[in-house]
Amino acid sequence: MSLTADDVKKIAHLARLGIDDKDVEAYARDLSGMLDLMTQMSELNTEGVQPMAHPLDQVQRLRPDVVTEHDQREQFQAIAPQVEAGLYLVPKVIE
Amino acid sequence: MHTKSIAELAKGLRAGEFSSLELTQAFLARIRQHRALNCYITVTEDLALQQAKAADARIASGEATLLTGIPIAQKDIFCTAGVKTTCGSKMLDNFIAPYDATVVEKFNAAGAVMLGKLNMDEFAMGSSNETSYYGAVKNPWDTQAVPGGSSGGSAAALAARLAAAVTGTDTGGSIRQPAAFCGITGLKPTYGRVSRYGMIAYASSLDQGGPMTRSAEDAAILLQVMAGFDEKDSTSVDQPLPDYSAALNNRLDGLKIGLPKEFFGEGLNSDVAAVIEAAVNEYRKLGAVVKEISMPNLKLAIPAYYVIAPAECSANLSRFDGVRFGYRCENPADLTDLYTRSRGEAFGKEVKRRILMGTYALSAGYYDAYYIKAQKVRRLISDDFKNALAEVDVIMGPVAPSTAFGIGEKIGNPIEMYLSDIYTIAINLAGVPAMSVPAGFVGGKPVGLQLIGNYFAEDKLLNIAHQYQQVTNWHQQIPPGFE
Repeated sequence: MSLTADDVKKIAHLARLGIDDKDVEAYARDLSGMLDLMTQMSELNTEGVQPMAHPLDQVQRLRPDVVTEHDQREQFQAIAPQVEAGLYLVPKVIE
Repeated sequence: MHTKSIAELAKGLRAGEFSSLELTQAFLARIRQHRALNCYITVTEDLALQQAKAADARIASGEATLLTGIPIAQKDIFCTAGVKTTCGSKMLDNFIAPYDATVVEKFNAAGAVMLGKLNMDEFAMGSSNETSYYGAVKNPWDTQAVPGGSSGGSAAALAARLAAAVTGTDTGGSIRQPAAFCGITGLKPTYGRVSRYGMIAYASSLDQGGPMTRSAEDAAILLQVMAGFDEKDSTSVDQPLPDYSAALNNRLDGLKIGLPKEFFGEGLNSDVAAVIEAAVNEYRKLGAVVKEISMPNLKLAIPAYYVIAPAECSANLSRFDGVRFGYRCENPADLTDLYTRSRGEAFGKEVKRRILMGTYALSAGYYDAYYIKAQKVRRLISDDFKNALAEVDVIMGPVAPSTAFGIGEKIGNPIEMYLSDIYTIAINLAGVPAMSVPAGFVGGKPVGLQLIGNYFAEDKLLNIAHQYQQVTNWHQQIPPGFE
């Protein structure tokens, strides 16, 4: 299986990831190489095998539904690129 | 002082032979002297001196733990309140975490001194430390060679005696492979044994923090502090914590060692194989019984890993968006441009490659063929370990197919780099604990013996490693020029 330069650009857009035009071909080649590696998995019959998401097959713990976090907004926003009046600022999204 | 074990240092501190302040100053001087290795991203000199003074007071008051006053260093993946945490990336070059990782909190509570934050592959993605935004780290055994990765700064710093002990993290071999390349002892605990809270995530179902030390005895001391259930990590496992030092001296008579034939096939350097065979022979002398085993699905570990890890990485790294913390591009035209350029300008090539791979594997139409398939293969690989460990007490083999390769040798060929993790990756997929123990040299470069045990059998692994270190001195070798 191989990916084209256009495929790479499409995936990069899905990931909101800027990549240099001059690197697109190299990514296409590397990703195609990775996909070749992955085709080895098709040799193995996995019918009826339960997919494994957690090494110990644990499920998420539940905790009592009580407030445990306190307000740390100022501390967290102190490291943000741009904030105003307690809000994170981004370029205008609604015309 | 810098060549002593943690137990020896703790004894010296208590006996008043030297103070933590003197010890800390000695390590800080060594760090300055060997800056060219590029092990440290940040040296926290003021903090270290302050912690050392507090440790001396605590020792004088008789309230000290074994780690009180011992100078250690953290892989720069563990968040430290008030101290920069970069994860080896331009993305976090300006990031000062608002809180401590649980691991850091535990070291602080024990009274350890933090010398600084150690270099690493960007977001722990790499096997050579060459993907770091802060530049490659040099291997103290051969400064033309890589220290391994992703915990390359950790391994090199310890080998060069620039800290008494260090931390690492291991997603596909990132503690064990650099430990092997630098001739130190590294332990990847069972998945869930050490809290991941505040440990910047790469692949959440595989990531695990652990100690990198000069000996198994030191590793037991560090793991005792690092391990344990943590409410703040939803994947932390609530299991009783044994005394990791208690079993170190157990005899190994009748120990059943399994050697998977898949670990000794094509691709393994023959000199490395000879070192591993010699190490296994030492165990025979200690009374162990050796048998060949087979783990037929191991060969699919690399393909399965390079679906699962990038898939999880693409999800985890979506939090780096230029909005709440980390790097933001200049003058974004609109919101999409802000996301795309911030991420594009601040992530390096290997991180981008894995985000792209993961995004593709999770995208509509490919999810079943790649992600679900890989999770099924993961189950079968994990079953191989369960079956083998029902038959034997420990699995042994090489950590890596060769000794440390040259800086620049593999970085241009990512697939070749991935294949060098052939013996370590399956362990993370299964989630079992494993160690790298120094076992000899080939051409002046260290070789690591891998020990793989059952879930939560870290005490047994430490015992097996310690007994070997009682009859060999590979772990005590210091690279020339760093004595």
